[in-house]
Amino acid sequence: MRTARRWVGLLLTLALALTVAACTRPMDPEVGDARVLNIGDTLEPEGLDMITVSGAGTAYVLLYNVYETLLKLDSEGETKPLLAQGWTRSDDLLTYTFTLDPKAKFASGAPVSADAVVASFERARSEKATNQIRSAWAPVDTITATDAKTVVVTLSRPSHQWLYELTGPAGIITDPAYTGDFSKESAGSGPYQFSSWDQGNLVQLKANGAYWGTPARFDEVNFRYYADANAMNAALLSGQLDLITNLTLPQTITQFADTSRFSVHEGVTNGEVVLGFNHENEALSKLEVRQAINHAIDRKALVKATWAGKGELIGSMVPPTDPWFEDLSNTYPFDQAKAKQLLKDAGYEDGLTLRLRVPALAYGPSIGRFLVAQLAEVGITLELDTLQFADWLDFVYTKRDYDMTIVAHVEPRDLRAFALDDYYWNYHNAEFQRLMAEGDVGTDEEQIAKLKQAARLLADDAAADWLFLLPNITVASAKISGVQNNRVSLAFDLTTLASRD
Amino acid sequence: MAVLGRIGARAAWLAASLLVASLLIFAATNALPGDIAQILLGTNAAPGEAAALREQLGLNRPFLERYLEWVGGALRFDFGTSFLGSRAAVAPLVAARLEVTVSLVVLGMLFAVLFALPVGAYAAVRRRHLDGAVASALSQVGLAIPAFWAGIWLVIVFAIRMRWLPAGGYVSFWDSPGEWAQHLVLPVASLALVQASVISRYVRSAVIDVTHEDYFRTARAVGWSRSGALWRHGLRNVGISLLTVIGLQLATLLVGAIIIEQVFALNGLGSTLLQAVAKRDLNVVQAIVLLLVWSVLLINFLVDVAYQLVDPRVRRRAEAA
Repeated sequence: MRTARRWVGLLLTLALALTVAACTRPMDPEVGDARVLNIGDTLEPEGLDMITVSGAGTAYVLLYNVYETLLKLDSEGETKPLLAQGWTRSDDLLTYTFTLDPKAKFASGAPVSADAVVASFERARSEKATNQIRSAWAPVDTITATDAKTVVVTLSRPSHQWLYELTGPAGIITDPAYTGDFSKESAGSGPYQFSSWDQGNLVQLKANGAYWGTPARFDEVNFRYYADANAMNAALLSGQLDLITNLTLPQTITQFADTSRFSVHEGVTNGEVVLGFNHENEALSKLEVRQAINHAIDRKALVKATWAGKGELIGSMVPPTDPWFEDLSNTYPFDQAKAKQLLKDAGYEDGLTLRLRVPALAYGPSIGRFLVAQLAEVGITLELDTLQFADWLDFVYTKRDYDMTIVAHVEPRDLRAFALDDYYWNYHNAEFQRLMAEGDVGTDEEQIAKLKQAARLLADDAAADWLFLLPNITVASAKISGVQNNRVSLAFDLTTLASRD
Repeated sequence: MAVLGRIGARAAWLAASLLVASLLIFAATNALPGDIAQILLGTNAAPGEAAALREQLGLNRPFLERYLEWVGGALRFDFGTSFLGSRAAVAPLVAARLEVTVSLVVLGMLFAVLFALPVGAYAAVRRRHLDGAVASALSQVGLAIPAFWAGIWLVIVFAIRMRWLPAGGYVSFWDSPGEWAQHLVLPVASLALVQASVISRYVRSAVIDVTHEDYFRTARAVGWSRSGALWRHGLRNVGISLLTVIGLQLATLLVGAIIIEQVFALNGLGSTLLQAVAKRDLNVVQAIVLLLVWSVLLINFLVDVAYQLVDPRVRRRAEAA
C-alpha cells in the first residue's frame, strides 16, 4: 500500500504545480514601463532587403516604419512629403527637383544627405535589384546631387508611374555609411529599427531613439505570424495581441462585436480578386465566351457566400482609391439567359469544359466551389483543382498550364499588369497598351482620362472577371487609437497608432 | 567475438541505411514541383528571372554535387541556411523547434499515462458496477474526440472566457520555466485527454486479463485483497503490455502534435515542416525529415544491439543459426 500512497502523492503534487503555474500568469503582456505593441499577421516577410527581395510581407513591416521614402502615400492614396520637404517638376515633365528636410537623419545619426539619396537610388536601379524595382526606374536618365540637400532626377520620358513608385520599396533611402548585410540588419531613417527575427514566429522592431520626426509611440513592436487564422483570433480575444492587421476569415468578425473591448475598422485595399482567363485557350480567346462567364456569375451572391458580404464590386482592375476609378461593376449584370445566348453564339451550345486551377489560399477553394456550381447552370463544366501556392506558381504562373484561375492581385496600380507582353494571362491588346503608355507620359489630366479609358476597355473586352475587391478589416483592442481604415500602400504604417494606457 | 562481429555487421547495415535514406530524402524534396526562386519572386517575376535567381542561389548545379555537399554538411550538423526570411542557419532553428515538439509529446504522454492508469484500473475492477461502467463509457467518448477539437474548446473556455491561460505561443523552458508551463497546459491537456482515453482502454482490458490469471487467483486464495493483489502482482504484468502500447501511440502523438501546434500557434517541428514544404524551403525540409528518419534508424539499431548484449535467447539463437 505504500506504493499506492506514493502514486497519489505524486499525482497531487503535479496537479498542484500546474494550478499554481496557471494562476500566477501575469495578465498584462507588458513588462515594466515598456510600451509594447503586439500585431498579429499571416504573411511573414520574405527578407529584410526590399531592393533584392520581392513580396508584400517585407514592405508591410519595414516601409515608412524602418525605411523612409522621399514621398509617402497617406491612407486616402494622396502623395505627401516625407524625407523631401517638397519637389518641383519642369514643364516638359522631365526634370524633378527634390528638396530634403534638413532635420532628417538616419538611425546612425548621419544626416539624410543628397548623396545618400543618390546612392540609394543608384542601388535601386542596379543589377542587384529585382526586375520589378529596376523596371520602376527604367524611365530615369540621371540622378544628381546639386547641393547637400537637393537632388535632381532627369527622365528620358515623362512618367507618372515612376513618381508613384518613389513612395514604395523602389524609393527607400538607406544609410550609405552602412556596409553590412541589408538582409540581416536595418539601416534606415524611420521611427523604428529592426531588432530581431524568430523565423516562422516573430519579427521585432524597436524604437529609433534618435528619430528626427515625431518620436515612436511604442518602445517595441512585435509582428507575430500565425499559420492558422483561428489561432490568431484567439490570441486577440485572450489579450495576447493588440491588433490584427487583416482578418483573413471575415466570417469571424462577429467574435469581436464587444465594442468595449475591440474596435473593428473596415476599408478598402488594392487587392482585386481576379478570375483570370488564359487567353491562349481556344474557347476563352473568344469575346462571347468571356462575356458569357461575366454574365453567368452573381458576384454579389459570391461575396456574400465566400467573404461574409465584405468587399466592393469593381468591374475592372482599378480600386476606388485610384484617381481614375469608375464603378464598372454593372458592365455585365447577372443574366443567365444572356450568358447561354452568348455561349450559343460562340458555338458552345452543347456545353464547355474548362480547368479552374486555384491556389490553396484563404479565398481560392471557396470561390472555386461557388463558381463550379454557378457556371454549371449555364452549361460550363469547371474541373476544379486546388494547388499549393508553390505548385500554383509553377504550373499556372510559370508554365501557364491552366484555363482559368483565381488570384488576388494586391500590388498598387496593377492595372498595367494587363499591358505586360508576357504575363500569365497571355493577354495581348495593343490598344490597351497604347492607352497605358500615353497615360504615363501625358499631363496629370491626360493620365486620368487615358487610364479611365483603359480600365473601361478591359471591362468591355472582358479580359478577366473582377470578382470583388478584398476588404481591409483591421481589428484592434479598444485601447489602440489611430487605426487606418484603408490599405492603399504596401506599408502597415505604425506612425498613426497609439495606445491609450 | 561473435557478438562484436554481429554488431559490426549491424553497424555497417546502419551506415548503409542512413546513406540510402539521405539520398532518397534529397531526391524526393528536389523532385517537388515549384521552387524557392518562384516563391521569392511571387507574381511579379519577369520571365527568366526565376532561372537567374536559381543560378544565384546555387540550385542549378548538378544534382550529385549538391547532394554530396549537403550530406557532407549534415555529418557535421551543418544543414546550411534557410532561403527565406531571416536566412537563419537551419541547425539551431531545428533544435529550437525540437524543444517545442519534445516538450509537447513527452508531457502529453506522461499525463496521459498518469491519468489512464488509475482510470483504466478502476474501470476494470469496478466493471460490474455503475461507476466502473461510467468510467469506461467516458473513455469511449474521449476516444471519439479529435485532439484539435478539444484544443479549440480548451482555448475558448480557459483562454478566451476565463483568461486564465495564454491562447497560444511558446516560451522556452530555459527562458522562463513558469511561462513555459503556462503555455503548455492547454496543448498538453488536449493531447493528453485523448491519449488517456486510448490508453485507459488498453489498461482496462489488460487489468481484466490479469485478474483471470492463475497467479492472481492464487494471490487472492492466500489472502490478498483484490486491490492489494493488483498492486503487488497485477500492475507489473500490465506494465509490459502498456509499454508496447505507449511505444505505438508515440507515433500517433507526434502526428497529433502537428495539428495541435497549429491550433496553439506553437512553432514546433510539425508546423515548421508544413510551412517549409509549402514555401519549398528545402534546406529546412530536408533537415527535419532527415532528423526524423535517422532517429528511427538509430533507435532500431540501438535496440538491436541491446538485444544482442542482453537477451541470451537472441544470442543463442544466432549462434545456432
